[in-house]
Amino acid sequence: MTYMKKPNVRHPGLRKNDLGLTRRDYEGLVSTLCAGCGHDSISAAIIEACFELDLPAHRLAKLSGIGCSSKTPTYFLNRSHGFNSVHGRMPSIATGANLANRDLIYLGVSGDGDTASIGLGQFCHAMRRRVNMIYIVENNGTYGLTKGQFSATSDRVSKSKKGEANLFEAIDLCTLAIHLGAGFVARGFSGDKGHLVPLIKAAFRYNGFAFIDIVSPCVTFNDHEDSTKSYDYVRAHNEAMDRLDLVPEREEITAHTEEGQTTTVRMHDGSLMRLHKLDDNYDPCDSESALTTLRKRYAKGQVVTGLLHIDNTDADLHELLGTTKQPLNAVPMGDLCPGNAELAKINKSLR
Amino acid sequence: MSSTDVAVKSRGMRPTDITDPDYFHKVVDCQWACPAHTPVPEYIRLIAQGRYTDAYMLNWESNVFPGILGRTCDRPCEPACRRGRLEDKPVAICRLKRVAADFRGDVSGLMPKIPKKKNGKCIALLGAGPASLTVARDLMPLGYTCVLFEKDPRGGGLMRTNIPSFRLPEKVINEEVDMILGMGVEARFGHEVTSLKAVLDEGFDGVFVGTGAPRGKDLEIPGREEAARNIHIGIDWLTSIAFEHVKKIGKRVVVIGGGNTAMDCCRSAIRLGGKDVRVTVRSPRADMKASDWEIEDAEREGIPIFDNHQPSEFIVENGKLAGVKFARMSAEYDKDGRRKLIPTGEEVVFECDDVLMAIGQDNAFPWIERDIGLEFGEWEMPIVDKTTMMSTRPGVFFGGDAGWGPENIIWAVAHGHQAAISIDLHCSGQSLTASRPAPGTSLVSQKMGMHEWSYANDYSEDSRVAVPHVATKKSLKNLKVEVELGYDVELALEEAERCLNCDVQTVFVRNLCIECDACVDICPVDCINFTANGEEQELRQSLRVPAANAEQDLYISDQLKTGRIMAKDEDLCLHCGLCAERCPTGAWDMQKFTYVERQANPVGQVNCMAYIS
Repeated sequence: MTYMKKPNVRHPGLRKNDLGLTRRDYEGLVSTLCAGCGHDSISAAIIEACFELDLPAHRLAKLSGIGCSSKTPTYFLNRSHGFNSVHGRMPSIATGANLANRDLIYLGVSGDGDTASIGLGQFCHAMRRRVNMIYIVENNGTYGLTKGQFSATSDRVSKSKKGEANLFEAIDLCTLAIHLGAGFVARGFSGDKGHLVPLIKAAFRYNGFAFIDIVSPCVTFNDHEDSTKSYDYVRAHNEAMDRLDLVPEREEITAHTEEGQTTTVRMHDGSLMRLHKLDDNYDPCDSESALTTLRKRYAKGQVVTGLLHIDNTDADLHELLGTTKQPLNAVPMGDLCPGNAELAKINKSLR
Repeated sequence: MSSTDVAVKSRGMRPTDITDPDYFHKVVDCQWACPAHTPVPEYIRLIAQGRYTDAYMLNWESNVFPGILGRTCDRPCEPACRRGRLEDKPVAICRLKRVAADFRGDVSGLMPKIPKKKNGKCIALLGAGPASLTVARDLMPLGYTCVLFEKDPRGGGLMRTNIPSFRLPEKVINEEVDMILGMGVEARFGHEVTSLKAVLDEGFDGVFVGTGAPRGKDLEIPGREEAARNIHIGIDWLTSIAFEHVKKIGKRVVVIGGGNTAMDCCRSAIRLGGKDVRVTVRSPRADMKASDWEIEDAEREGIPIFDNHQPSEFIVENGKLAGVKFARMSAEYDKDGRRKLIPTGEEVVFECDDVLMAIGQDNAFPWIERDIGLEFGEWEMPIVDKTTMMSTRPGVFFGGDAGWGPENIIWAVAHGHQAAISIDLHCSGQSLTASRPAPGTSLVSQKMGMHEWSYANDYSEDSRVAVPHVATKKSLKNLKVEVELGYDVELALEEAERCLNCDVQTVFVRNLCIECDACVDICPVDCINFTANGEEQELRQSLRVPAANAEQDLYISDQLKTGRIMAKDEDLCLHCGLCAERCPTGAWDMQKFTYVERQANPVGQVNCMAYIS
């Protein structure tokens, strides 16, 4: 951490987006996490993605639970809405908020403890329900705030900083997400923003539950030689399955891409996502293929990154429930609360 | 590794060699731009700490006349100041220098010791201006005997004769000139040298010519001769004021010229009885040579500036000057941007009682014989070596305006230092080039603990602090009232905090870096990048914010683990140290780069290091 506020002065040549904002307009307070924390890079990647997508910050809500990762929403988008919930309960808050106001963009930020341990049930149900949100897990495989115990995502081969062995199998959150029907499942690495930023941008454009598991080294407790979530290990074993391009709706596609190597997916808002596959044997549109690839590569000790699975056809929670198209705060009071006579009618129909 | 990989790897920029003293020196823009390479951020920190005497002495070692320069310097450091590229205005470096002089304690005990036993070498210094005085200051402590020849009755040269006392009080000149004369310089005031040969015949071991550019340019237009009694050459007129030979001027005064001398002339005129004082310039206002702040000062005193006015005739009535006729001009620029002044056909007459002509100065060496082995080149200027300051006649050196034409005090000081080195080498039979001493440099970490640095690294968002002035009404009544009051302690502190401490360098150690991006994300001005290497032009374009200022270097590291390099654009770095604070491995550190120019007297360098510590 640092004691000094990041000066407001900025480079006069800083690029502006369509809203006339610079990247710095999407920043938050200076991080109080350990220097070099992967989570800070993820915050920077979120800032970059929002800037590039010209997102109006006031139309976005940041939600989080408890943990180092859940502190990070303070460090980006300080002009957005935010809710720091109880440990592991962020998915419930997100679901409720989303049902009340479907017009906001929901960004959930959680960690491996908040999601894979205390909040595992909540996480599963948010996916099942296809809540329209982005759910980012900043996954460092350790409980940093409580001094470095193994978390539920620590790989069995990984050792603690003091050399203790991990007795339990890891929960692979991407595999779980594909199983439970998340329509957008990706894995990124905090140390590779060039790859990560397009993933976050694509997730913002996806309608439904978009999950990104981001491997994020804990410099204090999990960046040693026997860790499988260290900068060095992930860099040495990173297998990127694809490279993403997000083509905004207004831009024409001009570049030719190689047959069979590129999958183009039209996103909900009309923009196109181009996936340049780096592995022939895998098809992100086929969940079976994705699961097989994940399992095989994991067995080899590889860290698979990229957009692992996408299904753009399924309806989201609002469509499934047939809710009103308007956010509740815009529904006229008379419709929102039709009065005793209506209530009596409904009650009667249920008798 | 395949052969193509090797080709890719070898492509692009080479890692920066930070052991080259020029690399970090260049990052300290102010010090680099200063001809005498005064350690600016260093003395500003001393001022902030209230160590005015140390700040003064650090300046004195480097630029010899801190009190004078703190009021009159042309300040090449300020346009160079990094702060000026981040926001509108640079740090008021010059006026902070004055603070050191205003608040210093007694420095007599800190003056160099002059050996009682002389080294037997005797040097003649011609002209008692800043260049000659600097040579004396540097050589006296080494045991030289210095003989100073000056046509005027007092020392200081143009500092005394051409800068009006409302900008530079006589007391300040006397103090700083006397510090040098007090070392035992043998001064022959009122002694005009009319023959260099005669001086050489006296058998000096070295001769330094620091006689300035003493001849004001004249204007040969109709009426010049008839009106001569009321037409004055600016620098001569200012000299006459300095020695109190002139005490008044007519009510209506036309000043011709747009340089700093013109500004001094008009402001002096308004104090000596001028009621309607006008400045006329032949070029457009934007092309005026005077420093912006001197133009501002003149206008604040209510003096109008008429640009695009070219004098065509002095109008004489009854044998006396009655006015000046001007042709109105208009500037046109060709496609290469070259300016041409075209008469518009319109003519105007300004009626006046006196004219002050300040259209430039020339060198003049009628007193140097052309058969003594001293060659002259273009524009009748002596041929002088830019490094050694020696003319084509061994043992005769030039500096200041005499060497290179009209410049300013700080250049004269820089030349004086270099000439003193050469004279010392010449007198001891060493090579003037190969034996020149190197600058003293050091690079020391400023880390005091977690997030603690030895310097105030937080960025001050304050705007430049204006220097308080005496009420115009009061200052216009008396030529000797100094217009600027100078900063008080509080204002000085506020202004000092605006300094970015550009001498505290960001030093990158490649093998400690884990490429976590923490520095990239925290940098307020986006100057740090981790990227693929490339040729400089290509690399500059590919950075987070393209590095458009080609005058500022890129700091390049060797290849990192991922095959990328670190590339930092030095241009707008705040030197705030946040990169080093956020670095988990100490790959970034803030290290103070000290650069002290070597002078003839090696003790000066040692002293500087002592004032800094």
